[in-house]
Amino acid sequence: MDVIDSLALGFGVAFSTQNLLYCFTGVALGTLIGVLPGIGPLTTIGLLFPITFYLPPLPSLIMLAGIYYGAQYGGAITSILVNLPGETASAVTCLDGYAMARQGRAGAALAIAALASFLAGCIGTLLLALAAPPLAEWMLAFGPAEYFSLMLMGLTGSAVLTQGDAVKGLAMVALGLLLGMVGTDVNSGMVRYDFDIPELTDGIGFTVIAVGLFAVAEIVTNLERSEPDAAFTGPLPSLMPTLRDLKDSFLPALRGTGVGAFFGLLPGTGPALSSFATYMLEKKLAREPGRFGKGAIEGVAAPEAANNAAAQTSFIPTLTLGVPGTAVMTLMLGAMIMQGVTPGPQVMSAQPELFWGIVASMWIGNLMLLVLNLPLVGVWVHLLRVPYRLLFPCIVMFCAVGSFAVNNNPVDVYLCAGLGVLGYVLAKLECEPAPLLLGYVLGPLMEEHLRRAMLLSRGDPTVFFTRPISLALMLATLAILAVVVRSFLPAADPRR
Amino acid sequence: MHLHRDVLAGALFILIGAFALSVARGYPVGSAMRMGPGYFPSVLGWVLIALGACVGLRAFRRRDWTPVEWGWKPLASISASIALFGFLMPRFGLVPALALMLPLAAAAGREFRLREVLPLTALMCAFAACVFVYGLKLPYPLFALPFQWM
Repeated sequence: MDVIDSLALGFGVAFSTQNLLYCFTGVALGTLIGVLPGIGPLTTIGLLFPITFYLPPLPSLIMLAGIYYGAQYGGAITSILVNLPGETASAVTCLDGYAMARQGRAGAALAIAALASFLAGCIGTLLLALAAPPLAEWMLAFGPAEYFSLMLMGLTGSAVLTQGDAVKGLAMVALGLLLGMVGTDVNSGMVRYDFDIPELTDGIGFTVIAVGLFAVAEIVTNLERSEPDAAFTGPLPSLMPTLRDLKDSFLPALRGTGVGAFFGLLPGTGPALSSFATYMLEKKLAREPGRFGKGAIEGVAAPEAANNAAAQTSFIPTLTLGVPGTAVMTLMLGAMIMQGVTPGPQVMSAQPELFWGIVASMWIGNLMLLVLNLPLVGVWVHLLRVPYRLLFPCIVMFCAVGSFAVNNNPVDVYLCAGLGVLGYVLAKLECEPAPLLLGYVLGPLMEEHLRRAMLLSRGDPTVFFTRPISLALMLATLAILAVVVRSFLPAADPRR
Repeated sequence: MHLHRDVLAGALFILIGAFALSVARGYPVGSAMRMGPGYFPSVLGWVLIALGACVGLRAFRRRDWTPVEWGWKPLASISASIALFGFLMPRFGLVPALALMLPLAAAAGREFRLREVLPLTALMCAFAACVFVYGLKLPYPLFALPFQWM
């Protein structure tokens, strides 16, 4: 069968002692950095992905997969043990995970989180293998107008559906798109917004934006709060979940996988929305909804499964369209492009080893996390016992060295410091940075497709509404925007 | 007088939008059919100004809010330490850059204990040398002198 052949091809290229070693290094480094309070999965991957530049494509992608899972799990550890979600998606895990930790069941929560996401990862990989080829075929019909409409929908969705204010989210998207304009314009060769700084000719790097906007702001915000010396002081949690925990979380994890797999396909929404949706679903289905938020194991299993299933299926838009679903996928996509993967509907037929190799490496990374990293949880937890006043200078060091390492050039570090100030101001004004990052990545792509679409239609903007797929995407965008406009009407929101 | 945070946010967006727009005026705009490099940035500039106005104006309807409390001191300390690292790193090498960066960053904290910060600095310099230079083989000198670099 086709699917089996494809997966066998992927595993054939991915499995080797050396690759597994890279994968483990990635998982370990990812968890090490990801567990530091104030560094979410996004920043972790941003900091670590320059390391993979020096490796050949497949080992590099496998290490990246390891880093990805390590970073996600490091984020889950901080969410569950100290109630510090590194990204929107894990905010849901905090609700019940932290409640469980306070009841002394942190170990069970951590184990269930890993098991549920592994289950979702296995099913997600299978779904990816089954659904990607027909979807890619369908996506061959995408012209520039469809691409533009899809990105517009993704960006609007990410702005409106993240936590916080939708209008500010839209403004952050616009700001991100503008940041993406910095550098050489591919059509005319003109360098824009470079202010005569030669280093800006290639644009601003991912790592610099991710570290500056997210990490620096997070550290400073943490320093302002009065907080206990160490983030985590309790005893080392025992990892063994009870049989009942396993039984209680199996079905929720399966449902979470289903919900996540669906939302992962929509660009711009992905994991964050799927975690919230599946949490709500479980709460509706539960016999005693009152337990949710007070340490219900389903409240950890379902969102973690959804998160991971969404991550797997979001590879479909990421690789076949080159439109990443989330900020984290953006970084993964950037790293893949550097390793010679050309995203597009042809990626599966043109580079089958790489495509299926990536799918297989993600699964291996997930397995590696479960088999080798889970027993090491005790080691990572020790990091959370270090007083924050000693921890944060080290975090700053990782940020500085990480942004220097991208191009070995001091301008990136200055930019990182400057963006840190901007990120802090925006965070204080309650503007979510995640939509900005998505806008920043999609900016150049969006401009390119807009130009092509308008050139093909001879300057007629109705092209976006006359082609059926594009029309459907535009209507979806308008529907999302209608929700925002409604929130402007005084009667719509009783809180104001 | 304190301003609502949304007023500040709106003003910031309008300011950035106007700045982007003024820079984009220097680039050829082209036509809708053949867009020049100035077309998309100009549109974005206007969009950002419009959204900033929405954010700012909407805030006047709100009555209950708390003023923003800024923590400029830790922010200045952290940003300055990162910038200092960028300045020192290519000139003097990894170890001196970190040795000055870490205490400056640590000064952002609530309490600064020299007894703790000095050993921490020494430890992290050794850690960075081992991990980045020997482990990951990043091509950085541990120590350098500025005249070699120039």
